[in-house]
Amino acid sequence: MIEKTPWLNRFTIVGLILGIIILCFPVYYMFVTSTLSIEEVSRIPPPLIPGSHFLENFKSAWTLGALGPKMFNSLIMAVGITLGKISISILSAFAIAYFDFPLRKTFFWMIFVTLILPVEVRILPTYEVAANVLTPIQYLLSLMNIQVVLDWSMLNSYTGLILPLIASATATFLFRQFFLTIPEELCEASKIDGLTPMGFFWKILLPLSKTNIAALTVILFVYGWNQYLWPILITTKPEMHTALIGVQSLIPKADDIPRWNVAMAGALIVMLPPVLVVLFMQKWFVKGLIENEK
Amino acid sequence: MLKRAHYKRSILPYLLVMPQIFVTIVFFFWPAAKALIGAFLLTDPFGQKSTFVWFENFKVLFSTPEYYTSLKITLFFSAMTALLSISAGLLLAVLANRLIKFKSLVQTVLIWPYAVAPAMAGMLWLFLFHPSYGMIGFFLNEVMKLGWNPVLNNNHALLLVIIASAWKQVSYNFIFFLSGLQSIPKSVIEAAAIDGAGPSTRFWKIVFPLLSPTVFFLVVMNLVYALFDTFGVIHTTTQGGPGGATNILVYKVYADGFVGLDLGSSAAQSVILMIITIIFTVIQFKYVEKKVQYT
Repeated sequence: MIEKTPWLNRFTIVGLILGIIILCFPVYYMFVTSTLSIEEVSRIPPPLIPGSHFLENFKSAWTLGALGPKMFNSLIMAVGITLGKISISILSAFAIAYFDFPLRKTFFWMIFVTLILPVEVRILPTYEVAANVLTPIQYLLSLMNIQVVLDWSMLNSYTGLILPLIASATATFLFRQFFLTIPEELCEASKIDGLTPMGFFWKILLPLSKTNIAALTVILFVYGWNQYLWPILITTKPEMHTALIGVQSLIPKADDIPRWNVAMAGALIVMLPPVLVVLFMQKWFVKGLIENEK
Repeated sequence: MLKRAHYKRSILPYLLVMPQIFVTIVFFFWPAAKALIGAFLLTDPFGQKSTFVWFENFKVLFSTPEYYTSLKITLFFSAMTALLSISAGLLLAVLANRLIKFKSLVQTVLIWPYAVAPAMAGMLWLFLFHPSYGMIGFFLNEVMKLGWNPVLNNNHALLLVIIASAWKQVSYNFIFFLSGLQSIPKSVIEAAAIDGAGPSTRFWKIVFPLLSPTVFFLVVMNLVYALFDTFGVIHTTTQGGPGGATNILVYKVYADGFVGLDLGSSAAQSVILMIITIIFTVIQFKYVEKKVQYT
């Protein structure tokens, strides 16, 4: 410290403690509620000390919300989006940075424009495409006077949950930026040593990208797990719902028994996976977040 | 930009970009084009016939008072959410940056709410603010006697969704401000101190101006978050109610298109949202350009 500022130091401590309480108290209270019995939930004033009914509430949330299969769906979706986004974008970034071909700039701009429109903006038409992925082809054929009925619906499928969300420019840019910082000598040397382009990609580029991939994995897993609007649209069958939708259905309605203890137990479980990923991979997470947005 | 050491043309690069280009065309260009065209069509309720109606959908949209209400609410909601979460994030980052001990522990404790889904944040605050069972609802009703009820009162409902949306975003702003603060050279601060500038002068005359690119970037990112990602908050808490008091644009597109099945109006609303995002993106790129020039 530059000068002695006892009051400022005290303010720092008090402010941070207050901040931590405001940010963390809601979740602590959520935990407390998830351990109470239904009588204790409606007690006034609301209890602040954990009770002993957590397992019971957890079990009811698990069966009422059918959270087992839904957590599995969320896991598939989050992992699918993570793997899908990383693999398609590292490949296209490799092509755009390392190959000279006529449509290079066109492709670059096509990917670039996707930055501007998040899926929330174009939900209805994207939903229509997902309901029948072959409509673009059908349209082209009908222009040539070929009338066929092509039907490939992605509703209620893992492909439908994953595929429309993996088109995004940010990951491609991250890899492209990174490739541009790699010394030219590496590629030249690998050429002299007779490595094919794909050999260069597997043996040199991919190992060098490890830290970037780790950082992106954390960000994308959280992004995938927390998707909400798209799963609501694309899944109509309860067995294809994701965990967030399952927990949402546990919220007590106006005339229901106010089973907030069960709802909070469910919410706690569903919140946990991305929170744990962020906590345990904090270093990668911060790196990924800051570089992803550059 | 192309690497100086690169490969000659072949079929390979086309194969490499194909997956991404395919996904982009099918799930991005095609739907965006359909939304654009759909905004000028009027489709009958059974989806059998569409007629081209020029700007009719937009005219109808802008003649309904609900749309103006939704626009106004969206503006207020986004501005308040951004203001609240940015100022809280900045304050916490400045304080955390002053710490000598426990810095990384405090950082960890403040970062994790970022991982909470907007839908879960909504559910959590819905409960906290519940007029009969929630802790804060209890306090507002029984101790302060405010007659708190977000299910019936417009302002209460709006406050609930703003707090739920801002709470989750504080961590995001905190991370960026802390990394911005850590990149300010110590020597600059020390020089100002030697010249006699106190802590508050140093903050407003040196630290804050140096952070201004971060502030600007975060304003854009937080507005985009409030405009689009908060769908989950609205859907789990108020569902646009009471009486449309929290019916923000992105929720309205969903409600009109999927629940109300008014396809033309929904497409027109999508086009307006697209224009808004394009404006934001252009602003952001202008800023990125500036940053490159001045550093």
